[in-house]
Amino acid sequence: MSNTLDIRNLNVSVAERQILKNFSLTVPKGEVHALMGPNGTGKSTLAKALSGHEDYAVISGEALLDGENIIGAEPDAIARAGLFMAFQYPSEIPGVTIANFIRAALVARQPKGAPFDAKAYYARLYEKMDALKMDRKFTSRSVNEGFSGGEKKRCEILQMMMLEPKYAIMDETDSGLDIDALRIVADGVNKMRGPDIGILVITHYQRLLDYIVPDKVHVMYDGKIVRSGDKDLALELEKKGYDWVKEEVAIA
Amino acid sequence: MPTAILSQETIDSQITDTAVPALAKLKQAGWEQFQQTPMPKRTMERWRFANLQHVTLEGYSIPAAPSADLQKIILDKSNLLSEISARLVFADGYLIGTDSLPSELAAKGVILAPLSEAAQKHPKLLEKYLLKSGTELGGDKFLALHQAYLSSGYVLYVPKGVEIEKPVVIYNWAVSAGAAIFPHTLIVAEDNARVSVVDFYLSFDETSPALATSAADIHAGAGAGVFRKSVQNWNEASQSYQIDTTHAEQDSTITSVSVNLGAKRARFESAIQINGTAANVRLYGLTVADRDQEFDQRTLQVHNAPGATSDLLYKNALLDQARTIFSGMIRVAPDAQKTDAYQTNRNLLLSPEAEANSLPGLEIEANDVKCSHGATTGQLDTSELFYMLARGIPKETAYELLVFGFFEEIIEKVDNEELAETLRNFVQDKFRRRETKLSVS
Repeated sequence: MSNTLDIRNLNVSVAERQILKNFSLTVPKGEVHALMGPNGTGKSTLAKALSGHEDYAVISGEALLDGENIIGAEPDAIARAGLFMAFQYPSEIPGVTIANFIRAALVARQPKGAPFDAKAYYARLYEKMDALKMDRKFTSRSVNEGFSGGEKKRCEILQMMMLEPKYAIMDETDSGLDIDALRIVADGVNKMRGPDIGILVITHYQRLLDYIVPDKVHVMYDGKIVRSGDKDLALELEKKGYDWVKEEVAIA
Repeated sequence: MPTAILSQETIDSQITDTAVPALAKLKQAGWEQFQQTPMPKRTMERWRFANLQHVTLEGYSIPAAPSADLQKIILDKSNLLSEISARLVFADGYLIGTDSLPSELAAKGVILAPLSEAAQKHPKLLEKYLLKSGTELGGDKFLALHQAYLSSGYVLYVPKGVEIEKPVVIYNWAVSAGAAIFPHTLIVAEDNARVSVVDFYLSFDETSPALATSAADIHAGAGAGVFRKSVQNWNEASQSYQIDTTHAEQDSTITSVSVNLGAKRARFESAIQINGTAANVRLYGLTVADRDQEFDQRTLQVHNAPGATSDLLYKNALLDQARTIFSGMIRVAPDAQKTDAYQTNRNLLLSPEAEANSLPGLEIEANDVKCSHGATTGQLDTSELFYMLARGIPKETAYELLVFGFFEEIIEKVDNEELAETLRNFVQDKFRRRETKLSVS
């Protein structure tokens, strides 16, 4: 189906241990879905596997991005196909400035040999940075080097805004953020919401969902989704805790 | 006229032609020293790991001056930096172009002169500072040869309290095949003076082999600031021996950035003598080695006075079958308490056949100091590479960005955007000249 990120029966193992077990999930464009669940349940494995990381072995299943299977593709090809991953722990890249980094990512999306409009690029970059309340001096700083947790996450959102993906997966974007940083990051995501993008927010806590109100909430446990519902499911989860999910699964 | 550098007739005629008796005497002493000093052997501690196969002084001559047409072309090419205080251009050892210091600096007593002129006009300055230090880092044979054939080179003298804002830029070109050249840098910054110097070492073409034996004497008086940048980009048919000695007095600040890209075989010796309290010395090195190049770096940080800081960071990137040697020593005298001395050597191996050797050393005789040395040798970080791929950047581009990112830490230390851009271009040209692309694992 077009206009969805359609993950079907995904089985993924890491270091020969199976983590994702027949995981299925569909995120249509225009919606924000939240994926919640206790630690160690496979949320980050899903993110890494979808982005094509070589340490995550896909045993079977597929992930269709607007109908095109991205499983087995190279990480850079997956990204250019329109999937953006906001990482929980973004790498620091000494000696590569944010401006050059994002520029290289944009050039990679242009037809080969096409001229790059540097002036328009900087205008757009500064506009997005202003929206994220990032100091413009950051453009000449090395990517994530010496950044605080909040600055790193803001830098992820900045990249997402600049690259305009079709689908974005935010992997525990709220971890390590104080409330002000959380608001700014959520504000950035809310600004991007719209009919042209599908967003999957992976989070352990309900807190982020106070600021990014999801269309759907999924609860993940032991490698697959065990419950889906609307935003009230997150509240229920917050009240009852994850043990409630574990018990339900055990009974079933 | 005889020109082969190893011939007695050549040196005799060179000395006879030297107008200033003191300089002739210095050359004669250099020649005697040269004859008494054996060629390096691999068994010598200071030449450990060095491949001596291509170390030879045979077959090089004192070149004739380049033709007027050639001089014009070379002068035109000597324009890598536009914001400068003064410029000297040497080609095959001959001074072919001078952009003098602004008159207000000359009026304050700043001197920028080729050695031959300085020997006549400022004999006391040369007597006090020129080639007084020798080297204990192993290159004494080459330093003696340099002294014997001392001709090209310059003196930069900055009197007390005078600050020169824009850099003084020196171009040393190797032009004809088989040329032996002996560039010399003598910088004296008196108390509280401030100066920045860029020495370029460049080849006119890609194929003419040259023997370059360079030396620098750098003196920073009390509270003085000396910022010296040395850019070695000889062609890969050449041999390079560079021996630098720096003296730091009380409260002086010395920053040195040394970029080594060229020559088939390049040896770089750098000794820092800290003689005054609370001096602050920063030493940065960047080397890019490819094909069968060998870069042999020997450094010495000597703390003779208390409370001073010296911090060295040398980064080497190696491709193909290239080799590097980094041998660094920190020596702290018994009286040099409260010393902070650091030494770091980072090697980035971009080929399984490349070889990086690291020999860090400490000799500490004081008991209240902070000293450390560290060496790392590794490949590109795979998590950084993945992060770039995950943004859609193709492997080749990501690889190149990461490699250049490794260089950038040193390049930005030159604190001059025009020079930084020149250095980036030099490195890019070097990568572009390569027949094979970088291999991506």
